[in-house]
Amino acid sequence: MSIDTAEATENTTDEPTSEVPVLEVTDLNVTFQGLGGNPDVHAVRGVSYAVHRGEVLGIVGESGSGKSVSSMAAMGLLPDHAVITGSVRLHGEEILGKKDKEMARKRGKVISMVFQDPLSGLTPVYTVGDQLAEAVLVHDPKAGKDKARARAIELLSLVGIPRPEERYRSFPHEFSGGMRQRVMIAMAMANDPDVIICDEPTTALDVTIQAQILDLLRTAQRETGAAIVMITHDLGVVAGFVDRLLVMYAGRPVEIGDVDEIYYKSRMPYTMGLLGAVPRMDQERQGALVPIKGNPPSLSALPPGCPFAPRCPIAQPECELAEPELLTIGGQPSAERIRELAVAHEDASAGAREKDPEERIHDTGVRRAACIRSGEIDTNDWTARDIYPVPEIPEVEASSQAREDRAEMLRVDDLIKHHPLMKGAVFKRRVGTVYAVDGVGFDIREGETLALVGESGCGKSSTLMEIMGLEKPQRGTIEVMGKSTATLGKRDRFALRRDMQIVFQDPMSSLDPRMPVFDIIAEPLRAHDVPAAEVVERVYELIRLVGLNTEHATRFPSEFSGGQRQRIGIARALALEPKLLVLDEPVSALDVSIQAGVVNLLEELQAKLGLAYLFVAHDLSVVRHIADRVAVMYLGKIVEIGDTTSIYTRPAHPYTQALLSAIPIPDPEKERARTHIVLDGDLPSPANPPSGCRFRTRCQKFITLSESEQERCVSNEPTIQPTNGGDQGTACHYAERLTVS
Amino acid sequence: MSQTEDLTESERPDGAEETPSIPPMPNRAKDVLLQLLRTRRVIIGLVLIALLAALAFLGPVISQWGIGERDFTARLEGISPDHWFGTNHTGQDIFTQSTAGLQKSLLIGLLVALGSTVIAALVGSFAGYFGGITDRVLMWVADLALVLPSFVILAILSTHFVGQGGWLILVILLAAFSWMVTSKMVRGLTISLREREYIHAARFMGVPPHKIILRHILPNMSSLLIADATIMVSTAIIGETALSYFGLGVQPPDVSLGVVIANGAPYATTAPWVFLFPTVLLVVLVLAVNMIGDGLRDALDPHSKSRRS
Repeated sequence: MSIDTAEATENTTDEPTSEVPVLEVTDLNVTFQGLGGNPDVHAVRGVSYAVHRGEVLGIVGESGSGKSVSSMAAMGLLPDHAVITGSVRLHGEEILGKKDKEMARKRGKVISMVFQDPLSGLTPVYTVGDQLAEAVLVHDPKAGKDKARARAIELLSLVGIPRPEERYRSFPHEFSGGMRQRVMIAMAMANDPDVIICDEPTTALDVTIQAQILDLLRTAQRETGAAIVMITHDLGVVAGFVDRLLVMYAGRPVEIGDVDEIYYKSRMPYTMGLLGAVPRMDQERQGALVPIKGNPPSLSALPPGCPFAPRCPIAQPECELAEPELLTIGGQPSAERIRELAVAHEDASAGAREKDPEERIHDTGVRRAACIRSGEIDTNDWTARDIYPVPEIPEVEASSQAREDRAEMLRVDDLIKHHPLMKGAVFKRRVGTVYAVDGVGFDIREGETLALVGESGCGKSSTLMEIMGLEKPQRGTIEVMGKSTATLGKRDRFALRRDMQIVFQDPMSSLDPRMPVFDIIAEPLRAHDVPAAEVVERVYELIRLVGLNTEHATRFPSEFSGGQRQRIGIARALALEPKLLVLDEPVSALDVSIQAGVVNLLEELQAKLGLAYLFVAHDLSVVRHIADRVAVMYLGKIVEIGDTTSIYTRPAHPYTQALLSAIPIPDPEKERARTHIVLDGDLPSPANPPSGCRFRTRCQKFITLSESEQERCVSNEPTIQPTNGGDQGTACHYAERLTVS
Repeated sequence: MSQTEDLTESERPDGAEETPSIPPMPNRAKDVLLQLLRTRRVIIGLVLIALLAALAFLGPVISQWGIGERDFTARLEGISPDHWFGTNHTGQDIFTQSTAGLQKSLLIGLLVALGSTVIAALVGSFAGYFGGITDRVLMWVADLALVLPSFVILAILSTHFVGQGGWLILVILLAAFSWMVTSKMVRGLTISLREREYIHAARFMGVPPHKIILRHILPNMSSLLIADATIMVSTAIIGETALSYFGLGVQPPDVSLGVVIANGAPYATTAPWVFLFPTVLLVVLVLAVNMIGDGLRDALDPHSKSRRS
């Protein structure tokens, strides 16, 4: 399917370069005026791009880089107090400054949008079909209700909703997240628009659903021939999907060009760093990730020069003088020229602006970068590893020993956690059971990282909570450092808490907003009656250990960025010198460049302190980077477990294969050549799991089996059996080790 | 992260110097107090309360009239050198009555507010945090207190309000009948806060539940509690007034601001001074409490710095 699309887009992009672009944004600036003495926020500064028919443009950037605001401005959806300048042309017609009523006629018909959050995108009190029909009727009131209804059903089947006639009458809450996003896409396609803006359409979804949605967007593009503007922070998603790429930083476009050029020959240090910071699922030993130090600047107090200069490893004094323009490689003025200009008159950039507005502002399709050293980078052919200092991460000491000889930190056997489903207000009766965790078993040795991966709702977090609770489980055993939790007294349990600590996913809600950092890190120490003098010493030691400054101690969590908050969380978890650290999606809420720093810190700490990690994640790329062993969970059960290399190179369970195949790789050529295994449907409800093998309802292998073979999957529940005679074990009757591209 | 390396490396030298002299353990209580004292509103509020207290305790002393004493030559008379705030229809000096009343009202208002908010916070948070049987028992008590006819109970017990310390029983009863609604709000908030990750984190590091409630849950709803307490001050004073109107509140010879206001209310249009002066005192009292409450809320809330421009 991906190959088809590639051809289709190639055909369409070849001819129309001379035509008027479908959507052309030129020198767009958006400023939110500060109220009550607060400074103005310059959300978007000088964004220009043009999309032609059938072309897919990707806009990537970290959170707060202005990528969403710029597209909202193009849609005319920004609030009135936003000051917008520049020009947005739709088929050559200026739409900026049009009345909301006029814009409403364009929106949906000529330009439409798919939003990030499918949960809030649909009105909960109308049926899905009616909302779709409304989208059709609004632009074509004469069509009549029956025709609109027919079109809505047609659209529902087009986006792959099974039994569209019945589902027409469903309410949004009866749909899963992935299905709601399908409906949103159907709505965006309803009137055959010429441009579809997709604002992080897959961010809120699981990987297997993401693969479905990306497939659908390709279909939508082929069906309507529309141009697509794809906004995302995920460099993997855009790699195989877009033709051209615009990288944004601090509200400014910093690099634009063909996707291959940007991925393989990036000429702007920020883009280079971003690409180096992504953990790669397709690489065996990647080494330490390339971290970008510091944080993006505040959009209300930008430095005078290049906004990336404070974080840039190759910044020169000239970088701080004026903001570099987005110019062709080698077209940047020399360092001397910049100094002259800065001396000659204060507003050097304004002077340069008048020189040749045509070439500078318009997106001509030529590859350009906003860095005064882009030419230098090009001549020397530098890569991220050449310009960024990559930290050395020492090897874990224990890793020299054989796994069996190392001490066991945690052993979980046949753990279950069932929640009763109750009905009735006064007399509650049990109407069912949610099988959140249903027979999970694994062990973690000293200095080792076990990753628990799976889609949301598979029971990863429930497993963690059961382990951290240190209570007697409903069934099975949990042994921490050889002590079973079933027999623990109150005092022993309290003592055992010293040895295992947790780092949570959301760095915002895992720190008490009312407590200064010092008290947050000191809390576990105080709870375990560490003398006050030692507490002070230890807290400052920890603050330095995780790379924060001593003066941060008196500040509150809200004054920190996400990455720094996660460091505080790690410092708190390390306070009692635990031997086992449970990490509940510690980097999934962070931007790529920040994530790399935290991942490196975790690896470094593991090597220094000999920690064992239980790492829960849904991001398989990060897992490959950090984990020694991987356990894949599906619907409360582990379906495959083994060492990372075996699992990633020769997965045996069909679910693991599908999961690995669904993850986009940030490498355009590889990504285009891959054929994704796209799973059907959604995760079944854990209250009513399928009989026999739980995965059989979505299994790509199940369909290929003969009826007698299928019978075994339906009636027999597979248990974990060793597949390669070694560490790898798979719960599948027809396990077969395959190489997944 | 290279930053980690850089920082730890660069921090080491001055870190080593710092290690022996590392006393700067941040003192939260001191910070909050300092910030409170830097806020002008709080200072004004505190000064007002101090002035009111001084007035309440000095007023009856410096006045030439005794509490309840009647000047039969001047009934319902306006401001005069003899009667600084005028007199009421029985010839009682309004200044003496108001300041003496303020004495009791100040105590009743502040104590009831404090008491009821503390009960509400503790009951609500324990019920919400533990859930299950604790929740059911505590909420059953709250519901019971809500449906009990508080007025009747107060009426029956009103004979005990006479004499020394009688008003204290009134304070306890008023507090006992005014915490329920707030406790339900606190319970709801606790239930949502309980699922926050920092509460889980505290539990997993072995912090006992009562400490989690006092250290994490209650501070995070301090805005609600402070707002509730400030409203409670005026509600308690007015509630006492309603009781006094039926002769069930503060019993003679004690007077309260509520009694004075209630007595003066019918003359509000014809002889405004009878009503005006005690009311102004009440308004100033509530205003002062509000100012302190506002300041306290801001001092406790690290987010408010950016909001307050």
